[in-house]
Amino acid sequence: MTEKKTPLLDELEKGKWPSFVTEIKRAAAKNSASAELLQVLERSYRERRGHWKHGGIVGVRGYGGGVIGRYVDEPHTYPNVAEFHTVRINQPSGFFYNTKTLRTICDLWEKHGSGLTNMHGSTGDIILLGCKTESIQPIFDDYSEAGFDLGGSGSCLRTTNCCVGPGRCEFACYDTLEACYNVTNEFMDELHRPMWPYKSKIKFSGCANDCTGSIARSDCSVIGTWRDSLIIDQAAVKEYAAKGFDIQGLVCDKCPTKCLTFNKETQELSVVAEDCTRCMHCINKMPKAITAGKEKGATILIGGKSTIVQSAFMSWVIVPFMKMEAEDDYEEFKDLMRRIWEWWDENGKTRERIGETIYRLGMTNFLKGIEVAPVPQMVFRPRANPYVFWNQDDLDKSGTALDGSAL
Amino acid sequence: MAKLDQGPPNYKEMLPPVILENYGKWKYHEIPRPGVLKHVGEASTLYSVRVGTPRLVSIDFIRDVCALADEYCDGFLRWTTRNNIEFLLSDEAKVNPLIDTLNAKGFAVGGTGEAISNIIHTQGWVHCHTPATDASGVVKAVMDDLYEYFNSMKLPAKLKMGLACCLNMCGSTHCSDIGIVGVHRTPPRIDHDKIRKGTEIPSLVASCPTGAIRPDPKNKSVVVNNDKCMYCGNCYTMSPAMEIYDAKNDGIAILIGGKVSNARSAPSFSRMVIPFLPNTAPRWPETTEAIRKIIELWIANAQKGERIGEWVERIGWERFFSMAELPFSDMLIDDYIFSRETFRTSASFKY
Repeated sequence: MTEKKTPLLDELEKGKWPSFVTEIKRAAAKNSASAELLQVLERSYRERRGHWKHGGIVGVRGYGGGVIGRYVDEPHTYPNVAEFHTVRINQPSGFFYNTKTLRTICDLWEKHGSGLTNMHGSTGDIILLGCKTESIQPIFDDYSEAGFDLGGSGSCLRTTNCCVGPGRCEFACYDTLEACYNVTNEFMDELHRPMWPYKSKIKFSGCANDCTGSIARSDCSVIGTWRDSLIIDQAAVKEYAAKGFDIQGLVCDKCPTKCLTFNKETQELSVVAEDCTRCMHCINKMPKAITAGKEKGATILIGGKSTIVQSAFMSWVIVPFMKMEAEDDYEEFKDLMRRIWEWWDENGKTRERIGETIYRLGMTNFLKGIEVAPVPQMVFRPRANPYVFWNQDDLDKSGTALDGSAL
Repeated sequence: MAKLDQGPPNYKEMLPPVILENYGKWKYHEIPRPGVLKHVGEASTLYSVRVGTPRLVSIDFIRDVCALADEYCDGFLRWTTRNNIEFLLSDEAKVNPLIDTLNAKGFAVGGTGEAISNIIHTQGWVHCHTPATDASGVVKAVMDDLYEYFNSMKLPAKLKMGLACCLNMCGSTHCSDIGIVGVHRTPPRIDHDKIRKGTEIPSLVASCPTGAIRPDPKNKSVVVNNDKCMYCGNCYTMSPAMEIYDAKNDGIAILIGGKVSNARSAPSFSRMVIPFLPNTAPRWPETTEAIRKIIELWIANAQKGERIGEWVERIGWERFFSMAELPFSDMLIDDYIFSRETFRTSASFKY
């Protein structure tokens, strides 16, 4: 194959940040599809437009998703990337790997595909970037044999994802790695066989720092929290103070509810627990001295999604506190998810995320549908209009009989 | 024949001994130097060395990384949500030698604490079907320019950026400190033949959030009311007959001030401050310069610990625009579905 020039892309091999162009070139040295990808991309840089088409359903036997069809728009000019499909491989919880596993991923991908990957896709999968239609089933067979499974695509439960959790973080209020693994295995059918109005995502974050961005990026956000008071180690507080750390300025003054008081004389920090909203700021700043309470669990929020199409939504609180324990097999959570998906499946329109369905039909309607009682933690503030949808039950209980008799 | 529904590999097999013995029993962590996290557990201490990646990597890159993990980390490592690699070391004596090796091999060590972390991004011209700009190339240009803030910790607070190559705003741009968003600015071009051949017209009409697409039964196609179109490209995802890319007019918008963490203030959306910058491939100088200016203004004016959005909310957006010397225009006033909450309903404001 003759070496073709890529002067524009070569500009992106300069500079200190690692270069994706260098990576494509490394793959191109071994694989003709990656070599042709360079040519397509150079042309995109010249013309300032993309050259990829979607469409053409591709997949594996037994699943309705996991592979995304991708085709170049000029197959005769670029025959080696005429088909350049994406395969999603479900990642291990927390993106932890041993090198044996990673090498297996590489060896199989060298055998079947372009040798290019995304580590990882934004939802969480290991993304294998670029293979032919005829390779898809063999890829799945080989990866399956090696202990891997496909991730989600289309109108299904998308690959779930979690933060590093108790694997390496003192902030984790529940075991995000195990919850993610357990819940993924429970909902294999929902993940592999699209059957809903649109996609649905779950992300597990161990605390309110929300390192997976669950509140913004998932239809169901499971955010670790606690219900009792945070715990303060006064000896450690004194150590922070002794080292000149500005407890008043950087912690107390920044506390959103002003529930922390630092006594300069005694060098002690105190908290009004009922005023604390567990935002994590003080714990972030003084991890040696302040820790979460003992009664730990998660807040469940629903509806988050990005901008397309009705605007971005952030997830709304549905359950302020739920225990998330492996011993209970996460049954309460799984049961809630089943009720939520059932309601959405019945009420959602095609290509409508659950947040949009709830917004269209009303939160009250949704809460009734999933049999969750309203609590003030669900709203920032109550409604400012009197347009309540009263039902007969409410009327029967609250009306006034004209003859003065009890209703 | 493949096994169906066996699920992902078990994470427990991927955890090094130092994590297994401290699992759920971590006490606290520190950042001893940029790019290094020190987690102290009840049993022992773990050092994580963080390295930025371009996300789009070859299998040989992964093999290189494996060789390093075998040499320094007993064969264990992880990736982060932001596409960084973390080498997991139980032996403190190996930390500096690993960093020396990484530096010598040209890896980017950093991204911790008050630094810019890797930019979450999408596929762009490499693989996406609706891009208005490239993803990897813009990220490369911006990270090259801001590298001094990646391998140090001298920012007022952490800085998380995202890039979406079109108005779908994949890639977490809607809640980033700085979001780089590819934008289309012209309506789709209808290929009537393609529509007649294979488009479900009712679904196509329903896909338009502003009702700009109407059926045209006479022509067995559709018409677009250009005045109503805001170029989201949802119709193109429904039908390839609605081509939306426009090399001359596509480009980049800059949004700032979003975050997902609950720390101090509620999670917030990013807000548009620059509606359009040109698609100047291969290095997008207008975009890198605009972002640098915003970051330098933040550094010069924010209080310690204040993320970009917290700083702007404290001083007021109107004040931000005058300080940043950015032109304000009708393009920055929301006229979509949830605009009302953005209009000022108070007589208090600054100049």
